Amino acid sequence: MNVLRSLPWTPLASASLEHCSDAALRGFSTILVERRDLADGTTGRFHGLLHSGGRYAVKDPSAARECIAENRILRVTAADCVEDTGGLFVSTPWDDPEYGDQFLEGCRATGVPAEEIPVAEALRREPRVNPGIRRAFLVPDAALDPWKLVWGCARSAEEHGARILPYHRVLDLEVDGERVVGAHVRSERGGEEFRIHATVVINAAGAWAGQIAELAHCTVNVRAGMGLMIAMNHRLVHMCVNRCKRPADGDILLPLRTACVIGTTDVFVPDPDQTEIRQDDIDLLLDEGEKLVPGFRQARALHAWAGVRPLFEDTAKVAETRDVTRSHALLDHSSREGVAGFLTITGGKTTTFRLMAEAAVDAACEQLGGLRPCTTAQVPLAGSESHTLYQISHRLAAREPVPQSEEIICECELITRSGLEDTIKQRDTTSLDDIRRLLRLAMGPCQGGFCIYRAAGILHQGGQVDQAGANQTLLDFLEERWKGVHPILHGDQLRQARLDDWIFQGILDVEHLPV
Amino acid sequence: MNSLIRDSLDHCVKCTICETYCPVSQVTPLFPGPKYIGPQAERYRGAGPPADSSVDYCSGCGICTQVCPHDVKIAEINSRARAKLWEKRGVPLRNQMIARPTVIGRLGTPVAPLANWALHNRAVRGLVQSVVGIHRDAPMPSFAGRTFQSRARRHRGPAGAPAVVYFHGCGTNYYEPLVGEMVVAVLEHNGFRVIVPPQDCCGLPLQSNGNFPAARTYVRRLVDRLVPHARAGLPIVSNSTSCGLMLKREAHEILGIEDDDLKLVSESMYDLCEFLLHLHDRGELRTDFMSLPMTVPYHAPCQQRGHGIGKPALDLLALVPDLHMIELDVDCCGIAGTYGLKKEKYEISMAVGERLFKEVTATGSDLAACDSETCRWQITHGTGVKSVHPIELLYRAYGLDRRTRAGSVSPELQTARVSG
Repeated sequence: MNVLRSLPWTPLASASLEHCSDAALRGFSTILVERRDLADGTTGRFHGLLHSGGRYAVKDPSAARECIAENRILRVTAADCVEDTGGLFVSTPWDDPEYGDQFLEGCRATGVPAEEIPVAEALRREPRVNPGIRRAFLVPDAALDPWKLVWGCARSAEEHGARILPYHRVLDLEVDGERVVGAHVRSERGGEEFRIHATVVINAAGAWAGQIAELAHCTVNVRAGMGLMIAMNHRLVHMCVNRCKRPADGDILLPLRTACVIGTTDVFVPDPDQTEIRQDDIDLLLDEGEKLVPGFRQARALHAWAGVRPLFEDTAKVAETRDVTRSHALLDHSSREGVAGFLTITGGKTTTFRLMAEAAVDAACEQLGGLRPCTTAQVPLAGSESHTLYQISHRLAAREPVPQSEEIICECELITRSGLEDTIKQRDTTSLDDIRRLLRLAMGPCQGGFCIYRAAGILHQGGQVDQAGANQTLLDFLEERWKGVHPILHGDQLRQARLDDWIFQGILDVEHLPV
Repeated sequence: MNSLIRDSLDHCVKCTICETYCPVSQVTPLFPGPKYIGPQAERYRGAGPPADSSVDYCSGCGICTQVCPHDVKIAEINSRARAKLWEKRGVPLRNQMIARPTVIGRLGTPVAPLANWALHNRAVRGLVQSVVGIHRDAPMPSFAGRTFQSRARRHRGPAGAPAVVYFHGCGTNYYEPLVGEMVVAVLEHNGFRVIVPPQDCCGLPLQSNGNFPAARTYVRRLVDRLVPHARAGLPIVSNSTSCGLMLKREAHEILGIEDDDLKLVSESMYDLCEFLLHLHDRGELRTDFMSLPMTVPYHAPCQQRGHGIGKPALDLLALVPDLHMIELDVDCCGIAGTYGLKKEKYEISMAVGERLFKEVTATGSDLAACDSETCRWQITHGTGVKSVHPIELLYRAYGLDRRTRAGSVSPELQTARVSG
């Protein structure tokens, strides 16, 4: 079950984090309920492309317009989460070069800045890209760090008085006559159950929105489109490189922090919690990557993961999930089903998350009587106040000048001991996986092989967990991490996995740890 | 090619073997170590300039790459990162100067007595340290006054013999022309005609000081001089291990030069001792060695290990009756070309060399052998023990220092006091 953001004591709203943040900024007393950790759902699992709109310019013009508008806003308000990589659309030998004309025309019509550049210039900028490309176009794509975005929203929301309840499950929505008046929730960690009273409940549960809506006897038809992504060990490209053709599988390769990500696929799944990674899809992505960057299949793949897109279908059946619009949908259940105080916002994409929040909270304002203006297009997120765009070298630069005496716990991600300890205290968690999402602990080439037992030891040393607890959190982490590693194991990563395995099994004997 | 160096970081499993071998990070906290600054930091380097100035503290000795069991080109990654760093910031004047041995050589040679006085004068060196940044105590060779090139031009070798091309490098040309004459004498003793083409610097010092564009210019110029001989199928030998390695591998692997001429020269290039040992393997090396009843410690320079040829000098010198070579078990002398000359790195370089100095001194010998010129100068600086190229021992063992063969040895060489 799932996410919901709800309003607590007095007036309330609820929805996903961004809605919570928006509502809090407008002065509403806001509470967010999230069934697992923040960023554990769709946003935290997206590929990381801050769309320029180029991808949608031909077949989904309204999505393209939204993208370019939000792209411009987020570069300012979420600067710390955005890296200005630039984007490149290329016609590979497998793509019709004439599509480039449609592409340019679509970009022009939707206001997405696009410029054709000579192939030689494109190859100078991106030397690894297939030298057989026939056309190349520059667009203002950028890389968006989904986790930093989520934590930035969370901190902003909390600074404005919002309460965030991760690991809380919505058991039921309370309906009083024709009105939703609150939610019945349970803490997934402590087990206690309680009620939250809310004047407005916003259902922003993404691919799980249908399940939440049912609790209020409403119908929301959301299909879950599973997308697979693979992170490669280092940046094979420094710009977001897209195939210049109608959007399809495996046609985006973008730099995301120290890695680069190839994505995605789009497969309908009946249950958003059942996202099995299939070998066929891995192969498909690697093959498509090879078309963009020759030698891709020999490069080291670190990890594969899947996210589920919420694809809203109101009426007509759509055969292919790729053909569902990427624009969002706001559903006011008072006009749809006669249930007041309940809104669903779904569909959309991470690039337009802010716009979705604005729309949802605007609608909530309407229900509460009296519009409070939205400020999220102007007010920077926590961490982005200086408007300094993220750069890949930030963590490396922070270690200079050498010497620095402080030990590094996670070598791949350059996480220091104090950085780790501060995060543990601030987050008040004992889950290494939660810490991973905050700091990127164990996200590098060794996938935890050298850092994760150090981190477990620090948790224990700090008194956060006892011995059995430290063992358990280590085991939980390894189990979770392995899910994304085993589907891509070959070559260098296989060699790494063997070394890690010797450490975990041979030295630590993890299978027999007392828990 | 550039991407192949970077791509090798994919092979790193973080085993840390390189860190345990790095001679620099063992003696200073200013260099965070080869794993950190190599495959780890490289992932944080994007299209812009690197953010980590500490990469400049890598001495470029190359031991990390040699010991890596997974074939990560660690030293090469560092070298390229350093070049990008200086590309952005501009290579400092000091580094530009010490990276151009031909310029220094041409300036110093005509005024050798004065230049040598200045190079070894405490007050002048103090001034040079504060103005230019070359450490006042750093080992400096003396200008020979007459270059090897000018000596070679007047030398007439045996006619009609099979030819070998000699790439002598700048150290031999300006500072140690006698070593060059010994090389010629030993090769001629073995029946070769030695061709000494006009030649300049190979660009290695520029490469290790981060000026890749200038380094490429030097390599190309040198290749142009050597390639006609390579095309003619002649072997090219060098007594400078690092300059030879530059032509064999680094110009291609680090500077990224893709060039058929360079490839041809690379394939024709032999380290001097490697070449002589090949002769011996084919039964073509003269073994009319006299007894040399000496015990001499031998240090194989880091750059020579980069050749991947073992330690041919030891195999050759084992042929000399009564000569006992002691193989020293230390990786690096610390100098790393021009690294130890710099005022901020001199102390590091001496600390790296400390173990080697102790081992040399412990043998009690008043002579040491080493293939690389800058390493020899460093060993002598650190121990006071005279250090020679192995060719000097072969030269003596052949008795060439006592023999007069018309035209084969310059008078100066005959009278020179060859060490021992």
